[in-house]
Amino acid sequence: MAFFQQHILSIVAYVPLAGALLLIFLVPKEKTAAIRLWATVVAGLDFVISLPLWFWFDRGKDGFQFEEVANWIPSLGVKYHFGIDGISLLLILLTTLLGFISVYSSFTAIHDRQKEYYVFLLLLQTGMLGTFMTLDFFLFYVFWEVMLVPMYFLIGIWGGPRKLYAAIKFFLYTLAGSVLMLLGIIAVYFYNTTGVLGMKGLGNAPTFDIPTLTALTPSMPVYFQILLFFAFFFGFAIKVPMFPFHTWLPDAHVEAPTAGSVILAGVLLKMGTYGFVRFSLPMFPKAITTHWVAILMIAISIVGIIYGAMVSLVQKDMKKLVAYSSVSHLGFVMLGVFALNPAGLRGGILQMINHGISTGALFLLVGIVYERRHTRLIAEYGGLAKQMPIYAVFFLVMAMSSMGLPLLNGFVGEFTILNGAYLRNPWFAFWALWGVVLGAAYLLWLYQRVFFGELSNPANQKLTDMNAREQWTLIPLVACALWIGLYPQPFFDVIARPVDRIVAVIDGASKPASQAAALRPAAAVRAAGAPGPAAAIR
Amino acid sequence: MTIRPHDWLMLSPELLLSAVASLVLCLAVFTSKAREKALAAVALAGIVGTVVLLAVLWNDPSRSTPILSGMFVVDNFSIFFKLLVLLAGALTVLSSIRFVGDAPYPAGEYYALVLFATVGTMFMASGDNLASIYVALELMALSSYVLAGYFKEQVKSTEAATKYFILGAFSSGVLLYGISLLYGFSGKMGLADLAAAFASAPASRILTIGVLLLLFGILFKIAAVPFHVWAPDVYEGAPTPITAFLSVGPKAGAYAILARIFYVALPHFAADWKLVVAISAAATLVVGNVAALLQTNVKRLLAYSSIANAGYALLGVLGFDHGGIPAIQIYLLAYTFMNFGAFALVIFLESRGYAGESIDDWKGLARRNPLLAGVMLIFLLSLAGIPTTGGFIGKYYLFAVAMHAGYGWLALLAVLASAVSAFYYFRIVMAMYLSEGEAAPLESSPGVAWSAGLCAVMTMVIGLAPQPFLALIARCGL
Repeated sequence: MAFFQQHILSIVAYVPLAGALLLIFLVPKEKTAAIRLWATVVAGLDFVISLPLWFWFDRGKDGFQFEEVANWIPSLGVKYHFGIDGISLLLILLTTLLGFISVYSSFTAIHDRQKEYYVFLLLLQTGMLGTFMTLDFFLFYVFWEVMLVPMYFLIGIWGGPRKLYAAIKFFLYTLAGSVLMLLGIIAVYFYNTTGVLGMKGLGNAPTFDIPTLTALTPSMPVYFQILLFFAFFFGFAIKVPMFPFHTWLPDAHVEAPTAGSVILAGVLLKMGTYGFVRFSLPMFPKAITTHWVAILMIAISIVGIIYGAMVSLVQKDMKKLVAYSSVSHLGFVMLGVFALNPAGLRGGILQMINHGISTGALFLLVGIVYERRHTRLIAEYGGLAKQMPIYAVFFLVMAMSSMGLPLLNGFVGEFTILNGAYLRNPWFAFWALWGVVLGAAYLLWLYQRVFFGELSNPANQKLTDMNAREQWTLIPLVACALWIGLYPQPFFDVIARPVDRIVAVIDGASKPASQAAALRPAAAVRAAGAPGPAAAIR
Repeated sequence: MTIRPHDWLMLSPELLLSAVASLVLCLAVFTSKAREKALAAVALAGIVGTVVLLAVLWNDPSRSTPILSGMFVVDNFSIFFKLLVLLAGALTVLSSIRFVGDAPYPAGEYYALVLFATVGTMFMASGDNLASIYVALELMALSSYVLAGYFKEQVKSTEAATKYFILGAFSSGVLLYGISLLYGFSGKMGLADLAAAFASAPASRILTIGVLLLLFGILFKIAAVPFHVWAPDVYEGAPTPITAFLSVGPKAGAYAILARIFYVALPHFAADWKLVVAISAAATLVVGNVAALLQTNVKRLLAYSSIANAGYALLGVLGFDHGGIPAIQIYLLAYTFMNFGAFALVIFLESRGYAGESIDDWKGLARRNPLLAGVMLIFLLSLAGIPTTGGFIGKYYLFAVAMHAGYGWLALLAVLASAVSAFYYFRIVMAMYLSEGEAAPLESSPGVAWSAGLCAVMTMVIGLAPQPFLALIARCGL
């Protein structure tokens, strides 16, 4: 038990990898039922063993928990360093939950090359979990890149008609962003040691340790922070994706198999937003508080919100509609993050989770009718409420969660973000509000066209409602949506400390040097900061 | 010049391998076509014996005494490169057994020439005098010309040899002219003497021209732009195991002399040659990667990829004084495994009656032989620089060195080129995994399976546990 407690992060991260390796070597590819069962058990087990994290996590402690440190490449100062704070905790639980659901939901969707499919899904799981857990830049980059490969195959082998194009586009786009981030990492590394690009180094021992480097970089000169901020920015912004780097997303989503879309929207995109919260903000506070950078970030977030929503409005394909709605929702997340105040950040982080739940569920729901009809065109449907009542209820709940209706998760996240944006500048909130309005419009219109009216298309008259397995893939997500919608406090509690730390760093950078030296304690920030919506909801 | 007993010991690896090469040549006369495998075994045994002798010389305290009156030096730096080229030689022999066995040409000379080229490269790594370096280079080059044209009745092979010979001879001339200018100014040929002579020499345009001509000659050998035009044709036309050998073995030797000459003898001219190397590196990255995008022939694709890879390694040359040499070493180590591995798979397909050269031949390989497809996937990911592979560790080092040495713009170009390169490597991945092809399973042959398997394992080991290799390389500096 002690071993389990000390190494819980590694165990959670590598159970899928071990499961995948055993699957490769032990199960012959003809035994498809055994393969499915094995993958489900592994993903389910991984979710179960990640649950203790939620209970053991000390919400009142600053810094990282469940840390594991070992030497990996001493010549470079690379360590195998895992550890999580509240932000990563939520994302890890989201990942293990969605990982299980995506395996479980693939039973009838995938008929071809099943062994490879489940192997790639499980490998992807390890890559994503590692990304959220690692506290070493080198290791972070390794996980960040490695996870591209299984995703490439998931889209490329089991995708739709334009899968080859979508897969390579996804791969190259994200790779191009990440290599720029790699240069940023190298620059930070040499800043800490011997100097780089005309900057005098600090002369410390070489390290890639994220907490150590994060503590050092805020004292860099502004111009250098801005340079590095943008090096990282491309890596993260492409992943999020922020407008105008979003063009890979609709292709990847539309062509990916359902489970691929769920993981892509639910977890992969969060790696970008997580990168901003974990690295860009606390590492380069002077860059992010530079006026033009701040305005630029807010502006592209708001453009993303409105652009994504407007493009969703005109889509004829359900999956494409949900895909573009992701652009809009992640614009919200980024708006919250770049509001740079406690409310905005909390809302942004919670909305990452919300988006994973709601959009993941919507992709699952679209996949359910696609499996039956092999079309996703909205015009092909109509009146489904009569034929598939259970399906209609699930869809309604998740659509409302996505559009931000009170009592469901989306509302809490969006409201908190808007609150944060308003505190920064009321106009930010004003423009973002249009995203909420448009969100309601495209989702309700979609719902109306698909579910109401006459069941006129004869092809739809034989549709069967959701079976038990399909319902069970969605029930956990509905439960989470209700939980966050009704009682979000536990979630805010988990992220309170890390958010306070980030805000303290940013406030420290925007103050004159004398005040920056004496950072206000976290509690004081919370008291002095505007009453967040968390307080309002309380 | 007197040869002392100690010199014999220091020269023993090269002497042994030369003797084995001659032995193979003699045995070939008495060996029937059917029993040529035995010659490969002799060649491999010779390589293993050479490795053992090198291990004996490792860290030898007496290595600082000049050998052959300062013509030759044995240090860990040279031993590293010798081991690397021996590895390439062994892999070449191993993956040639079936390939050459099927061809209607005697294999004895083939193996002997591979060994002679290896010996030449080993001498290059140990050369401490421009004269000995030049002679070693010619031994390597002349053997390579013949090997490139070994399939003498195939037009492509003959064309490759002719092109290689003419351009190679021309570049040797350029190199020699550069050497003569340096000699003319200083009256010295030894690298340390040259460094001492130039440290106080007044700047002279002619001298700079000499340095640059020397540089051009070596850049030709590593196929850096604009001295690369021979490479695609030679790589395409030569017998595939030879292509694989040329792309790793002699190239490693060229990097060794590049490091030794320019780091030891010519640091005084760094401003001049670094500018030229920087321009050449940028051009190599762009031309190599862009041209590779357009290829449909896998051998040509890998040829351009190896041009592009020379561009990455040149970043290490620019950062000689910022840890560039270990960066080149770890990169070449990883590159030897991944590049040879990729060629081993081409050899495998060729020996199965496929040309193996068109990307279409790779379609559906994942179903026909999942293991070999997986192995090829490892090589391609490594070449593309995706983490957990050796290729990533090597590239990381080179990018870091470029940043550290102040070549931020070049590092930026290199990482973007690296991202672009994923596109053409993934065209092969796409063919293997994403496209439908013939369904009949393909069995692998032991020689290729062993060399590809070894390369794959080592590629992953370097990627996942690079520390032992880095520690080793740390002791192999100049």
